[in-house]
Amino acid sequence: MKTTVELVTELLDKAEAKKDLNCFLWQDRKTVLADAQAADDRRANGEAGRLLGVPIAIKDNLMTKGVPTTAGSKMLEGYIAPYDATVVAKLKAEGAVIVGKTNLDEYAMGSSTENSAYGTTKNPWDTSRVPGGSSGGSAAAVAAGLAPIALGTDTGGSIRLPASFCGVVGMKPTYGAVSRYGAIAMGSSLDQIGPLGRTVADVRAVLEVIAGADRFDATSVGLKPAATKAEPKGLKVGIPGEYFGEGMDAEVRASIEAAISQLAAAGAEITKISLPHTAEALATYYIIMPAEVSSNLARYDGIRYGYSVERENGAEKLLDIYKRSRSAGFGEEARRRIMLGTYVLSAGYYDAYYKKAQQVRRLVREDYLKAFETVDLLLTPVSPTPAFKLGEKMTDPLAMYLGDVNTVPVNIAGLPAISIPCGLTSNRLPIGLQLIGPHFADYFLLDAAEEIEKIIDFQEKPSQDSSS
Amino acid sequence: MPNELTGTEVQHIAELARLNVSAEEEARLAGELNSILEFVGQLGQVDTAGVEPLAHPTGDGQLARQDEAHPSGLNIDDLLASAPAREGRCVKVRAVFSAESPDAS
Repeated sequence: MKTTVELVTELLDKAEAKKDLNCFLWQDRKTVLADAQAADDRRANGEAGRLLGVPIAIKDNLMTKGVPTTAGSKMLEGYIAPYDATVVAKLKAEGAVIVGKTNLDEYAMGSSTENSAYGTTKNPWDTSRVPGGSSGGSAAAVAAGLAPIALGTDTGGSIRLPASFCGVVGMKPTYGAVSRYGAIAMGSSLDQIGPLGRTVADVRAVLEVIAGADRFDATSVGLKPAATKAEPKGLKVGIPGEYFGEGMDAEVRASIEAAISQLAAAGAEITKISLPHTAEALATYYIIMPAEVSSNLARYDGIRYGYSVERENGAEKLLDIYKRSRSAGFGEEARRRIMLGTYVLSAGYYDAYYKKAQQVRRLVREDYLKAFETVDLLLTPVSPTPAFKLGEKMTDPLAMYLGDVNTVPVNIAGLPAISIPCGLTSNRLPIGLQLIGPHFADYFLLDAAEEIEKIIDFQEKPSQDSSS
Repeated sequence: MPNELTGTEVQHIAELARLNVSAEEEARLAGELNSILEFVGQLGQVDTAGVEPLAHPTGDGQLARQDEAHPSGLNIDDLLASAPAREGRCVKVRAVFSAESPDAS
């Protein structure tokens, strides 16, 4: 039985050997080993903790006291978080050891981690490809064996997509299940923090710790235990046709359909259903999200924290401080979304875009509520394709956005969803299967996911990974 | 839905967003934003007559609590350490109003 110090030392050495994957933005050996020792001391003192001595990687948009927290942006280069996010405080209270802060698309905006101001992260299965995003660093770290579990955030698929591309499990809880206090805000009506891990059981263990109502997040209500146990036999599974569009890779389709057949063979009742507003959900998202982004990123004004031209001299007026700090601190995608959001909220356009999007949002939600009257959960591919090549989608923002078509509607409706690995393509790229549950049925969803995980029995690892 | 953004409109949005957009960037941004706006413009075809806008995805209303003060757990010095310019326990900022712009810069 290894001590935490021994286990964490191995992980640090492994991360050093694989540092060209660029999973971590911060991983100070001394600090991490001191925390590992503290966990061993707690255990020696007979103290308990649900995650005592368990190493965890934390996405770098989650405030971690005393540790650089950059949100993957130049705007927060060198910024030391003055407090812990509620989820981080909860993990620490249960004895988890933070082994590093992981790379992400800047301010969690992106689907590939290529928008990070600190270089992209590479997919451990094929280092010429993206790990997905925006929680690419977290997903890649788990896939490469650099941490058994990780935290990510998901606003339009940013946990599920990288989990899918990296062949690990990743879950977005119901909106309101987990406190967002200390998560650097992107889209406040969409953001949720969630766990990634190698198994559904590990992901569940983390969710049990981080979920809960929090005074510091007025939208948090927490979760209750599952009302009924999920079993494959008699489980009513809905397959929405709109999530199996024309642009879908043939091998992805085949893998998901094979999983559906296995599930049917285990006694599940498979039903084709329709979610008619699926296409509009993506358009809705790309109005609501930038609008919220433009509002949330207004705080980066070079006055209280973050990049500021005030530190350099040369700006004479307050307006210059704002404009020059913001223009230098934000990357291209951030600027694009701020501009888009500002426009759709501006006088004369608010009704046509933002208000309209909120109305369609209700219709998207109603589609799901109607579906859940007849089925227990929904099964879809996470992404129409497996991991794409680095640089492939960077010339056309819209091409990048279109890959989110299966994940985004879930955030619009606030539902819980999980990605589990389902198979590999012929060139050994992971394929992710998404399960979507009703509001606050997170533990039921995890139960069902665990049953399906057993049936699929995905045991593959990236070929570079020589350890067990 | 409204039509294509001009360079002037791009500059207006940049001003609202407190961003500098150069002349070269202006054309590129206009193109990108127009392409995205055309995509999201499809919502104009959705029938939303009588549909209430939805802001909170799980449909919950405002959560209320007693208006009581609780410790925030935040330390002022830790917070001020991040400020680019400070004086004592204050963040130091440029004048909001100046002789050239009496209506704020």
